Amino acid sequence: MIHFENVGLRYGMGPEVLRDLTFDIPKRSFQFLTGPSGAGKTTLMRLLFMSLKPTRGLIRMFDRDISVIPGEELPLLRRRIGIVFQDFRLLDHMTTYENVALPLRVRGKEESSYRSDVIELLKWVGLGERINVLPPVLSGGEKQRVAIARALIDQPEILLADEPTGNVDPPMAQRLLNLFIELNRLGTAVIIATHDLTLMDRVNARRMILSEGRLDIYD
Amino acid sequence: MTDPAASTRESVRKERPITLRPMAPIVPPVNVSGRALIVVIAIMAFLCAVTLGTVTMVQEKAEAWQGDVSREITIQIKPEEGLDMEEALAEVRRIVLAMPGAASAEIVDRASTARLLEPWLGEGFDMDELPVPRLVIVTIDEQAPPDFAAIRQSLAGAVPAATLDDHRAWSGRLIAMARITVLIGVGILALMLATTMLTVIFATRGAMAGNRHIVEVLHFVGAETGFIASQFQKRFLLIGLKGAAFGGSLAALAFLLLGAWQNNTMATALNDQATALFGRFTLSAAGYFGIVGIIILISAMTALTTRLTVIRTIREIDRQRADPSLAEIG
Repeated sequence: MIHFENVGLRYGMGPEVLRDLTFDIPKRSFQFLTGPSGAGKTTLMRLLFMSLKPTRGLIRMFDRDISVIPGEELPLLRRRIGIVFQDFRLLDHMTTYENVALPLRVRGKEESSYRSDVIELLKWVGLGERINVLPPVLSGGEKQRVAIARALIDQPEILLADEPTGNVDPPMAQRLLNLFIELNRLGTAVIIATHDLTLMDRVNARRMILSEGRLDIYD
Repeated sequence: MTDPAASTRESVRKERPITLRPMAPIVPPVNVSGRALIVVIAIMAFLCAVTLGTVTMVQEKAEAWQGDVSREITIQIKPEEGLDMEEALAEVRRIVLAMPGAASAEIVDRASTARLLEPWLGEGFDMDELPVPRLVIVTIDEQAPPDFAAIRQSLAGAVPAATLDDHRAWSGRLIAMARITVLIGVGILALMLATTMLTVIFATRGAMAGNRHIVEVLHFVGAETGFIASQFQKRFLLIGLKGAAFGGSLAALAFLLLGAWQNNTMATALNDQATALFGRFTLSAAGYFGIVGIIILISAMTALTTRLTVIRTIREIDRQRADPSLAEIG
C-alpha cells in the first residue's frame, strides 16, 4: 500500500533529517511510529500524507510514484487517507458536527446520507453532548477527539494520527485506541505517531522507531 | 429494585432528538476584514461612479454645444451708404427661407442688437449714430443642410453688404475643445478604474490572507481546487456586490438629488453660481447604465481576484510540498 525506498529529506541546505528510510506499510496493518522529540516523526507523517516530497529516494502510495502525481490528483488520493494533525486544524466557525462532516461535504455528499453516521461517531468519541459546540469552547482533549472523528468519518484506507492521545486522560486514550483497533479490524491501515509507551504496550503492534533520522522497525 | 422515575428519565434522555443548526457555510460569513473590504469597495465604487457620471455629463454637454453651433448660421449686413437696413434684412430673410434646408430665419431686432453691444458700448447709446451691423440668425436642418455656396451667391446678387458666417471656424474650435475635454475625462476615468481595480485586488487579497487556514484544511481533507475556489468566490462576490451597489447607488442618488435641487432652486444666486461652475447635474440613462456597469465590473473583479488568490494559495501549499526548504520544520 505504501512503499518507501532509500528515502531522504533535508530542509534547504541543512543536514538530512530523515535518512535512508526503507519500509512498507501493508494493507490492514497497525503500527506505532515513535522516537525522541525532533527525531522527524512529524516530517515522516507529512511525507506519508504527501504534503512533502522527499529530497531523494522513492515513495509509492497506492501503487503510484508520488514524485510524478500531478497536483490536481492529490486531493483525490488524500481522500483515501485520514489524518489527525497534532494541532487539530479545526475550523472555528463550524460546530463539532460540521467539522466532522466536512470531508463528506467536500466530496459532495448529501447531509441526509451521513447525518446519523456523524452523530454516532461523535457519541462514540464521547462528544455526544458537544455536537453543536464551536471549537474555541472545546478543551484540548475534546478538540483532539473531533480531529480524530473527522479523520475516521469516511473510513479511510490509511489512518495517520500524530499524537492522537496527547491531550486525553488514560480512560479516553484507551477508548480511542479501541476505536483505532476496531477501524483496523475493518480494514484500515493505522499509523500512530506517539511518545506514549503505555499506549504502545497495550497493543501488540509493529513499532517503527525513529532516531537521528534513521528508522528501526520491530515487528 | 429499579426506580421507575429514573428509568423514565433515562429513556427520555436516550430518545431526546438532536437538533442541529443549519449547516454553516464553508467560508465563514463576513468578519472584520470582510467588512473593511465592503467599505473600501463602496468608497471606490462611489468615486468611480461620480467620475463616470461627470465624464458622461461633460461629453453630453460638449455634444449639445457642438449641435447648437452647427444648427445655426448667421448672416451679417454691414451698414452702407444708401442701404435701407430694414429692407435688406427682410430681403435676406426671404432669400434664405427660399433655400432648401433652412428651417427658420430670425432677424435680430434693434433692441436685441443693442443688448448684444451693451457690454462694450454701455446702456442707452443711439444705434443710428454708429454703423452697427445687423444679424439674421438662420436655423438649418442638420440632416439636410442648405448649400452655403448657393446662399452666398444669391446674397451677393441681392444684398452685396450681406456676409454669411456658417460658424465653421467656431464649430471646429468647439469640436476640438469638446474632444479634448472628453479625452481628458476618459483618461481620468481610466485612471480611476485602474486605481479602483488595484485597490479592490489588494483589499481582497488582504481579506483572503485571514482565510488561508481554511483553504489549507479544505485542501487536506480532500477538497478539489475548483470546489474551494468556488466557495470563496461566492462569498466574495456577495461582498463585492454589497460594497459596489452601496457606493454606486450613493453616487446615483447624489446626481439625482443635485439635479432635483437645481430644478427647485432656479434663479437663486447659489444655483446660478453652481450651474455656471459645474453645469447641470443631470445624468442621462447612459450615465446610470454606466454606474450599473461599474457595480458589475467591481463585483466581478472581487470574485475573480478571490478565485485566483485561492488557486495561488493552493499552489503555494503544493510548492512547499515540492521544496521542503519552504515548509515549516516538523
